[in-house]
Amino acid sequence: MTGPRSTRRSGAQLIWEVLLSEGVDVVFGYPGGAIMPAYDTILQYPIRHVLVRHEQGAAHMADGYARASGKVGVAVATSGPGATNLVTGIATAMLDSSPIVCITGQVSSKFIGTDAFQEVDITGVTLPITKHNYLVTDVDELGPTLKEAFYVARSGRPGPVLVDITKDVQQAMTEWVDDGSPVRLPGYRPRHALHEDTLQRAIELIDAAERPLILAGHGIVRAEASAELRAFVEKTGIPVGSTLLGLGGFPATHPLSLGMMGMHGEAWVNHAVQEADLLIALGMRFDDRVTGRLDTYAPGAKKIHVEIDPSEINKNVKADVPIVGDVREVLRALLPRVQKRTRGPWVARIEESKGHSAVRDIKHLPHDGRLFAAHVMHDLWRLTEGKALIVSDVGQHQMWEAQYYKHDHPRGLVTSGGLGTMGFSLPAAIGAAFARKDDEIWVVVGDGGFQMTACELATCAQEGIKVNVAIIDNGYLGMVRQWQEFFYDGRYSATPLKSPDFVKLAEAHGLAARRVETREQIADAVAWARNTPGTCVIDFRVEQEDAVYPMVPAGAALHDMIRRPAHSPIVETSEDP
Amino acid sequence: MRQLRTFVAHVEDRPGVLNRVVSLFRRRGYNIESLTVGRTEREGVSRLTVVMEADDDAARRIEANLYKLVNVLLVDDLTNAPNVTRDLALVKVKATPESRPHVLQLAEVFRARTVDVGSETVTLEITGTTDKIDGLVDVLRPYGIVEMVRTGLIAMRRGNSEVVREVGEVVAA
Ligand SMILES: Cc1ncc(C[n+]2csc(CCOP(=O)(O)OP(=O)(O)O)c2C)c(N)n1
Ligand SMILES: [Mg+2]
Repeated sequence: MTGPRSTRRSGAQLIWEVLLSEGVDVVFGYPGGAIMPAYDTILQYPIRHVLVRHEQGAAHMADGYARASGKVGVAVATSGPGATNLVTGIATAMLDSSPIVCITGQVSSKFIGTDAFQEVDITGVTLPITKHNYLVTDVDELGPTLKEAFYVARSGRPGPVLVDITKDVQQAMTEWVDDGSPVRLPGYRPRHALHEDTLQRAIELIDAAERPLILAGHGIVRAEASAELRAFVEKTGIPVGSTLLGLGGFPATHPLSLGMMGMHGEAWVNHAVQEADLLIALGMRFDDRVTGRLDTYAPGAKKIHVEIDPSEINKNVKADVPIVGDVREVLRALLPRVQKRTRGPWVARIEESKGHSAVRDIKHLPHDGRLFAAHVMHDLWRLTEGKALIVSDVGQHQMWEAQYYKHDHPRGLVTSGGLGTMGFSLPAAIGAAFARKDDEIWVVVGDGGFQMTACELATCAQEGIKVNVAIIDNGYLGMVRQWQEFFYDGRYSATPLKSPDFVKLAEAHGLAARRVETREQIADAVAWARNTPGTCVIDFRVEQEDAVYPMVPAGAALHDMIRRPAHSPIVETSEDP
Repeated sequence: MRQLRTFVAHVEDRPGVLNRVVSLFRRRGYNIESLTVGRTEREGVSRLTVVMEADDDAARRIEANLYKLVNVLLVDDLTNAPNVTRDLALVKVKATPESRPHVLQLAEVFRARTVDVGSETVTLEITGTTDKIDGLVDVLRPYGIVEMVRTGLIAMRRGNSEVVREVGEVVAA
């Protein structure tokens, strides 16, 4: 090395330098006045920029990237409208604990507070929907702040962090160098020590339980605890129900996997919850969609609640043994100490209650030429051997996906659970495509949700992205229509949906597209999409007024399910057709 | 048990921190009875005293939620600990030539200080527990309270005891 090299560079350059040191190689964004200095300097760095069509898409892409990879996703936007367009995406990431960093430009510091052109107090707006946020008005604070942002986003219970950077900070020069010192956050406690006495109490409950049930949540996926969970289940013989976001954390095809629980969960799982004498909740937060009415929830069960966020303990369901900590560490601590057991009678009892439900399943309907979404999901699962990464949207199709696509692998399903954001899937899949370059990706989206962010088809075309889009086209805002059918005497207020010709729409973007109207066409269309380069769109014209069963009406007890009406003749088979 | 609770939060003295704390109470639907902010013995650290009604479970969650704020250093629920609490009030009360001696006498009983005397009013300053101040205010009311302001409670543990932290012991990150 010769003499000291100058470390002087602009804030705009420093942004990308810190991002590179955080391992970022792709960002999703949209330029504008207040972020132009940063956009000018990105050209000097090996970071790919994906130009979105709406900033909401940028936040969802960062989120999809984060969920598919476990790394931090990054979205970039300008001040004012650019920043406010991120809001839905940030809230989506917040509710599902997804680590993203949003970088927004802000008007120059001297204009702050003056209602200057495109000035919005975005740190104020996003205060309740970020894990933390920052306004940077001093270029010497920029480096440490960005490092902190990444650290906060990914540690503890992950979440979105927004960094608002004034234009003058981007233009100013700084000598700051990263000396590798850890971030200084004296009040931040992402990790918690395990207490021997609570572990001991948990073990005693587990060993003594006759009808225990594991409730596996998103935390299993986030903490990469799938292997530990499997070892724990196989040693203790305890069956597993999953939350929507927990799907894939435990293999769906494992004999002790019961499937999804909750509002549209399998009947046998919900009954098992109600009959259990012990619930072991792992990385989940007893959302109302999971519990139904609280005062009748799992009345005979003691509860062990393992959760990284102490504020979730005793929020909805009182825990007999709360364990605050990383679920993988907790499982590792419990595994060698719990008794090896089988729970034969309990598992047999659950199995018995399955049989009856399975034959009423829509998959076993006598074939009458009609196309059901369940067929599409089931066949897609078969044809992709359960190995695709599915990114689902919000509505009936989301529930059918969760019921009929059997997820055996963690991070095999990306969906907006907590916020239930329609329009999430296509942009999230684009983000996921950058994280999982070798994996097959399918978007499963309703005709309604697709139209919320369909503009991102242009992003697919421009960036050469390969995802396959399965539109479950039922001509309705189906989930709302179903509620109207069940709870509003069938008054279909504002739910019939007239859509553009999706095939032509895709083609107008330069993308390949097809329509499927019968079950026979599914296999061919799926094979075609898998073998065609570039993003492919399939418009599946499914049964218009089908409903998702079972259903626990909002606020009802978990065992009070509306069941699929018996069809005649019932096909007596539990084999897949 | 549902009761009035006193929380003390030590926070980093940074822009927006008060906003974050208040926003948290608003968002989670907790009603603040009183809130004070001030400097402490440590540079860069401010101290908030929040009084609100909550049961034991809610209290624990409030504490846990406060800890989730990155700039919150320490939270202490003083409610059931031996503590010293103080509120300060300025009370401007009507005082005619006839009533003035009575007002001043009451002030003396309550150890309030007279900080201003006008032609028709007297302004008293009183420091003490909430109960003590409520007591003075009650006896002054018949004379006619023209204006009153209270700072809200500040609180501290008694004795040598250090602040106790219950939720989640910390391990080096
Ligand atoms: C942004 C947003 N707006 C409204 C809703 C309420 N909502 C939930 S499901 C649904 C219908 C979705 O319709 P579609 O995308 O066609 O899916 P389907 O239910 O028909 O499968 C609506 C409107 C929502 N979840 N998100
Ligand atoms: Mg629809």
